[in-house]
Amino acid sequence: MKILVAVKRVADYNVKVRAKSDNTGPDLANVKMAINPFCEIAVEEAVRLKEKGVATEIIVVSIGPQAAQEQVRTALALGADRGILITTDTDLESLAVAKCLKAVCDNESPDIVLLGKQAIDGDNNHTGQMLGALTGWAQATFASELTIDGDSATVIREVDAGLQTIQIKLPAIVTADLRLNEPRYASLPNIMKAKKKTIDSTTPADLGVDVAPRTTLLKAEPPAERQAGIKVEDVAQLVDKLKNEAKVIS
Amino acid sequence: MSILVIAEHDNNEIKGATLNAVAAAQAIGSDVDILIAGANCSAAADAAAKIAGISKVVVADNAAYEFMLAENVAPLVAELAANYGHILVPATTNGKNVIPRVGALLDVQPISDISAVISEDTFQRPVYAGNIVATVQSSDSIKVMTVRTTAFDPVAAEGGSATIEAAGGVHDAGISEFKGEEVAKSDRPELTAADVIVSGGRGMQNGENFELLYKVADKLGAAVGASRAAVDAGFVPNEMQVGQTGKIVAPDLYIAVGISGAIQHLAGMKDSKVIVAINKDEDAPIFQVADYGLVADLFKALPELDEAL
Repeated sequence: MKILVAVKRVADYNVKVRAKSDNTGPDLANVKMAINPFCEIAVEEAVRLKEKGVATEIIVVSIGPQAAQEQVRTALALGADRGILITTDTDLESLAVAKCLKAVCDNESPDIVLLGKQAIDGDNNHTGQMLGALTGWAQATFASELTIDGDSATVIREVDAGLQTIQIKLPAIVTADLRLNEPRYASLPNIMKAKKKTIDSTTPADLGVDVAPRTTLLKAEPPAERQAGIKVEDVAQLVDKLKNEAKVIS
Repeated sequence: MSILVIAEHDNNEIKGATLNAVAAAQAIGSDVDILIAGANCSAAADAAAKIAGISKVVVADNAAYEFMLAENVAPLVAELAANYGHILVPATTNGKNVIPRVGALLDVQPISDISAVISEDTFQRPVYAGNIVATVQSSDSIKVMTVRTTAFDPVAAEGGSATIEAAGGVHDAGISEFKGEEVAKSDRPELTAADVIVSGGRGMQNGENFELLYKVADKLGAAVGASRAAVDAGFVPNEMQVGQTGKIVAPDLYIAVGISGAIQHLAGMKDSKVIVAINKDEDAPIFQVADYGLVADLFKALPELDEAL
C-alpha cells in the first residue's frame, strides 16, 4: 500500500504574524518557517502505518518555494521514503494546490492521501476536500483515528457534536485532526539518513496545472485591537463588577 | 442572481448557525434560498420556510443525504449551483467538510470563514489565527463560501413564509458510509450557542479538576470550553476546544481559567463581549485581552466564585 502525504511550509506556530505596514500582505521577513503542525501529524500517521506493515511506501510532497525542500527533508527524517517538491514562487490558492496534488496522484496512484486538516497560515481547511472532488475519491476529514481494513478504511472524525465514525472505500483522502497522534521527533541518525533520500523536483507547469489565481488580496490589516481592562483584587470584586458594571450576570 | 444557503440541520430542526449564514447572505443580496439536503427532512424544510426573508426552500430528500456525506452532497450542490451566484454555508464541521468539495467540482476557489461582506464579490476573512484580516475579491462566476457565524447576528427563525420545492437528483457515490456517532451528552448549552462560557486551560492540571469549572458553569447556565493545551494534554475531549482549530465563539461573557492566552486560543474567543481571566501568572498574555483580570490560584478562586454566585 502506497501513501502520499502532503506537507506545507508555514510560519512556525509560535510566531505571531502581523500584517505589513503597507497592508499588502503578511510580513514574513525573517520569520521562522516550519512544517504545518497538522501536516506533521499526517506524516506521523503514515509512518505508523508503515511500522504496522500496512503501508509499504510513503511519498511526501510539498508545493512552495525551493526552501520548502527543508520541510520535505523533515518529513523524510520522520520516516517518509522519498519526496516530491513542486516549486513555485507564487503563493498558490487551494484550488491550484489541489490540482497539483491531483496530477501527483495520477502519476503515483497512492491508496491513501494523508493531509493536515488545515494550514495555520491561510486557515482555509480546503485542500483535502478539493483533492477528493478532483480525484472522485472518498474523503475523511478531521480524522482522530484511522484503521485500514483491506480495501476500505474506518475513520473516526472530530465533528462539532462529538465523534463520528465513517467507512470509506480506498483510494481515499484523509485529513488529520489534532488527536490523530503525537508526532515523534526526528532522531539524529534519521536526519542523516534523510539527506540521502531522493527528492524529485517539478513545477505546476510541468504537471500541466493552470495556477492563475481566482481571488485578489486587496488588503491585509491588523484586526481591531482589544484594550486590556482592569485587574480586580479578589473574587468578590470580580462578581460585583460582572453584576453591576458589565451587567453580564444577575 | 439568487443566493443559496446550505442549512445545518438534523432532519427535524434547523441549527442556529444557519440563521447567521442567512444573515451573511442577506448582506450580499435579497433573494436568498435555503437548501435542505437530508432524509425524511420535511420537518426541517417546514422550519426553514419560516425563517425571515427566505424566498424558497429547496429540498433534496433522499437516504443518500441523511448524514451530509460530502461525496454525495457536494455533487447535489454543484448541480443546483447553476441557478445561483453565491453559495454559503455556516463554518461548522459539516460546512467545512462539504463546501471545498463543491468548489473543486465547480472549478471555483472557495473562500473560508467570511467575517464581513464588503460587496457582492469582496469579503473579509481572518487569516493567521485572526492576527490579520484579509480583504479578498473573487473573480469566480459563483462565489462559494463558509461563514464565520459569530460575525453575523442571526436572522429571525420565525416570520417568513417561503415556498418549498423539491429539487436535485440523487447523487449516491457509494464510496462512503456513516457508521455511527458518539455525541457528548450534556445538559449544558452548546459552546457555539451559549451566552456564557467558562473555559479551562493547562492550569487545570487534569480532567478531574474540570469539575470545578462545571460547578461554576452550572450556576451561570454556561457552556464549558477548553484551550488546545488542555485538549492536547487529554484533560477533555476535542469538541470542547475553543480556538483557531477548534470552535469560534463570541458569548456575552467568557471566563478563561488557567489559560495563558496563546494566539491560537485568542483566535477563537477574542470577539466575546466581556472577557474575564483568572490566572496565577500576572504576565500571562490572556490579561492583555481581558476586561477583568484576577491574578489568583484557580484552585482557590474557583470554589470562591462558586460560593459567590
